[in-house]
Amino acid sequence: MEINKISEFKKKSIFFKISEVLVTMASKPSGFIGLSILVFHILLAFVSPYLAPYDFKAIDPSLMLQAPSSEYWFGTDSLGRDVFTRTIMGGRTALTITFFGSLIALLWGGLLGIFCGLVGGKIDDVVMRIVDAFLSIPWILAMLLIVSLLGTSTEVLIPALGFFYGKGIVRVARAATHDVIAKDFIISARARGHSNLSIIWNEIIPNVRDAILVEGAMRWSWMLLGFSSLSFLGFGVSPPTPDWGLMISNARGLMSFAYWAVIAPIVGLSSLIIGINLTADAFAKALGIDRSTKAPV
Amino acid sequence: MEEIIQKVKNLSVGFKSQKGHEISILKNITTNIKKGETVGIVGESGSGKSTLALAMMGYVKQGLFTMDGECIFNSSDLLKMENRELEKIRGRKIAMIPQNAGQSLTPNLKIGYQIDEALKLHTKLNKSERDNKTSELLNKVRLPSPETIALRYPHELSGGQQQRVAVGMALAGNPDLLLLDEPTTGLDVTTQAHVLELLNFIAKDTGTSMVYVSHDLGAIAQVSDRIIVMYSGEIVLEGPARDILKQPVHPYTYGLLKSIPKLSLAGLPDSMPGSQPQPGMIQKGCSFYDRCNFAEDKCKKNSPNLEYVSELKTSVRCFNYKKLIEKKNDKNTKIKRNEKNIKINEILNLTDVSISYAKQKFLDQILNKITDTNPTVKDINININKGETLALVGESGSGKSTILKSIAGLLRTKEGKIKFDKDKILSNDLKKRNSSNLRAIQLIFQNPDESLNPNHTVEEILAQPLKLYFGLSGEELKKNIIELLEKVRLGKFYMTRYPRQLSGGEKQRVAVARAFAAKPDIILCDEVTSALDVSVQAAVLNLLQKLKEDFGTTYIFVSHDLAVVRAISDRVAVLYQGRLCEIGPSKNVYQFPSHPYTEVLLGAVLEPDPDIKPKLVAEDVVEERPPEKGCCFQGRCPRILGDKCKNETPPWQIGDNGNAIRCHISVEELKKNQI
Repeated sequence: MEINKISEFKKKSIFFKISEVLVTMASKPSGFIGLSILVFHILLAFVSPYLAPYDFKAIDPSLMLQAPSSEYWFGTDSLGRDVFTRTIMGGRTALTITFFGSLIALLWGGLLGIFCGLVGGKIDDVVMRIVDAFLSIPWILAMLLIVSLLGTSTEVLIPALGFFYGKGIVRVARAATHDVIAKDFIISARARGHSNLSIIWNEIIPNVRDAILVEGAMRWSWMLLGFSSLSFLGFGVSPPTPDWGLMISNARGLMSFAYWAVIAPIVGLSSLIIGINLTADAFAKALGIDRSTKAPV
Repeated sequence: MEEIIQKVKNLSVGFKSQKGHEISILKNITTNIKKGETVGIVGESGSGKSTLALAMMGYVKQGLFTMDGECIFNSSDLLKMENRELEKIRGRKIAMIPQNAGQSLTPNLKIGYQIDEALKLHTKLNKSERDNKTSELLNKVRLPSPETIALRYPHELSGGQQQRVAVGMALAGNPDLLLLDEPTTGLDVTTQAHVLELLNFIAKDTGTSMVYVSHDLGAIAQVSDRIIVMYSGEIVLEGPARDILKQPVHPYTYGLLKSIPKLSLAGLPDSMPGSQPQPGMIQKGCSFYDRCNFAEDKCKKNSPNLEYVSELKTSVRCFNYKKLIEKKNDKNTKIKRNEKNIKINEILNLTDVSISYAKQKFLDQILNKITDTNPTVKDINININKGETLALVGESGSGKSTILKSIAGLLRTKEGKIKFDKDKILSNDLKKRNSSNLRAIQLIFQNPDESLNPNHTVEEILAQPLKLYFGLSGEELKKNIIELLEKVRLGKFYMTRYPRQLSGGEKQRVAVARAFAAKPDIILCDEVTSALDVSVQAAVLNLLQKLKEDFGTTYIFVSHDLAVVRAISDRVAVLYQGRLCEIGPSKNVYQFPSHPYTEVLLGAVLEPDPDIKPKLVAEDVVEERPPEKGCCFQGRCPRILGDKCKNETPPWQIGDNGNAIRCHISVEELKKNQI
């Protein structure tokens, strides 16, 4: 009887923990702002197709570069498309691709980092030097190469971005693992004869999880910026799809007289990045990883 | 009336909880420090003793704030001063000696430069005067050849020497008041005795007042004129050192003194139930109510005041202190450990074990050649019988933990064999040991904060060995976990807790339960009580003894604390520099004649009794490496015979009582000189 009660209590506690973290995050003004912006963007990405007043790809030469009006809130672009429609829909692709990209980066970067940290020795040396070598290659050049060879489909972009942004996570995960690896509970597990896999799963991951998640959240915003840069260069999303990077790229030549076509996507992109950054910071603080500790005296 | 140099008046320090409540850590502290007096502040961790010492310097840690009261020094309140004014006082009038000197000295500046810096800041001397003063200070703290020490870096000195340098630096400004925060806690027994003796000398020589903060009543007893006992942020007892140690009239102090293992008394000390309440938990009544043997109903409802008892010259915070005065004569602690005859039934045997930390060169590895002629641990021959407790004793660097690790398979032995259960040879590679051999040997670590995964609940922690060795799951697993918790006297509601929600003693109980979960034959205990408070230490020792009697487990117990070892062990092995010096039944090892090193160790043990002074017979400087040949203790031995000790490995001799001593000096000779 009582045993069941205990297990019920435990199951609840996981949800409780998540909600607790969210409440702590929202209790600080910066965390609250960040979370609100992020949630707003995610909701917008889901509902924007139903909210859009116009068709995002409808071209109308008679409506070229109209200034904002009651009819076209954010004006129109050089092809006569409604900027408001394209702006609210412009985050969808970027958010989806970078979200899954970050997940892939977290997964491979985190696991490889933990593995290297645990095993150490020669394997660690070799793997880390390879990672260093990749870090020295400018990612955007390598991305351009991959994209021009394999095309700009989602199936190519997600793993490619995931790979390039995971390299940094390897180092963070490895450093976090090094912090716990010397602790007695790992030695104790070793002395009991647990396998490496069991040590990683039971002893290390619960202790490095927070650091890796926070790093992943920071990487998400960087990846978003990176992905928009790719679009800007014409290697991200293919043209009819609305995307902030692409919109900025298309309208940048006309900035001097049709500023509205640039400003709207810029506000969209930067607010999302600020939102993710603030959220990631609040997330880190809520988990107890404070990156701005002051000196005690 | 003597001159009072610091007055603490109604001081309360606290913090704001997340919910906005003010929670006090220090409650209404009032005390005076007189000129030339040494005051010992004693209490367990969390009693607020360090916070009080820091407040005496006008410093309140971040997150804390002064709720009420004042600290008056030179007729001004330190706690209301600006930083700039405080700078003039700190170092010059009040100096502090921190716990860990190794961390408080800048690692990449030479000792001489660092002292010079302190002199520059606090005095108006010119360069050559400062140089003289530096040597004078180093001389005063009895460092050998001050000129060469001044040119060294902190890491080139031993822990004791670093602490001496810290004392020297604190004396640079000629302070009126010296605050010492656990200054000998991290040091070896012999070093600790030397540093305390130095502090005593300095107190007499310079007339400086000292406030000595420590959890160790043994150390406090050696230096203090007056003792303040703190519990849960309050002063519970204050008075002359001798009276407090000889006749503690507060139940907490009484229990604390009883729970300290003593060299003179074999057997386990009494333990105190429970643990200190968390700040803010006690709303009304006496804070010691839950653990007190003398508690009455009124103790729960009313908080006692600090009352001055003139006939004892002591202030005490208790309603029932008179009962303790009447009780003073029952001094005979019962010997609880029943020394059953241990049958000769060998369970573990170490033969010629040597362990080296030196890495073999690649070529030597291939040729299987042994290059290190002087390994860290050498020639260890020990056998352990079933149901016995063997203690390995020695200072840091004596190789006791190294031996433990190699028994557990965590470190490879270089030579020698470790045999388990008479015929099973344990591989020196952990991965080659089979599951039943792994199960048979379990470890308990020093610090439960490190040995328990902070992200696992107690249930998950205890489930691991049960799943691994017995494949339990579901209800059966839960049942076993609850049984284990009951064995270590924890309720089943502990299952869902995380280690951070437990007190130090409770954490160590969980660690003990985890070791017993494997139903082991041998448990290796690595300094299991040295991270715990004294009252908790006694409880854990009692628990270990009880479990051993119930399950017939064999313990190998590593400790630097000779009194703890005396309390729990059947046999003792004394190690120095990775070599055995003496081994034998514990009651005989603690008697003379014994190896000169055992003599040195026994002489340095601090007892919470002002009448028992440590005997300092040898230098406290430990060599970095064991000597290539001859006796391992040749460098420090006070009874060294000459070249014989330096060149020939000493033979084993059997002493009167069956303890084996490895020394060139004959047993008769040792007996003559040591008594």
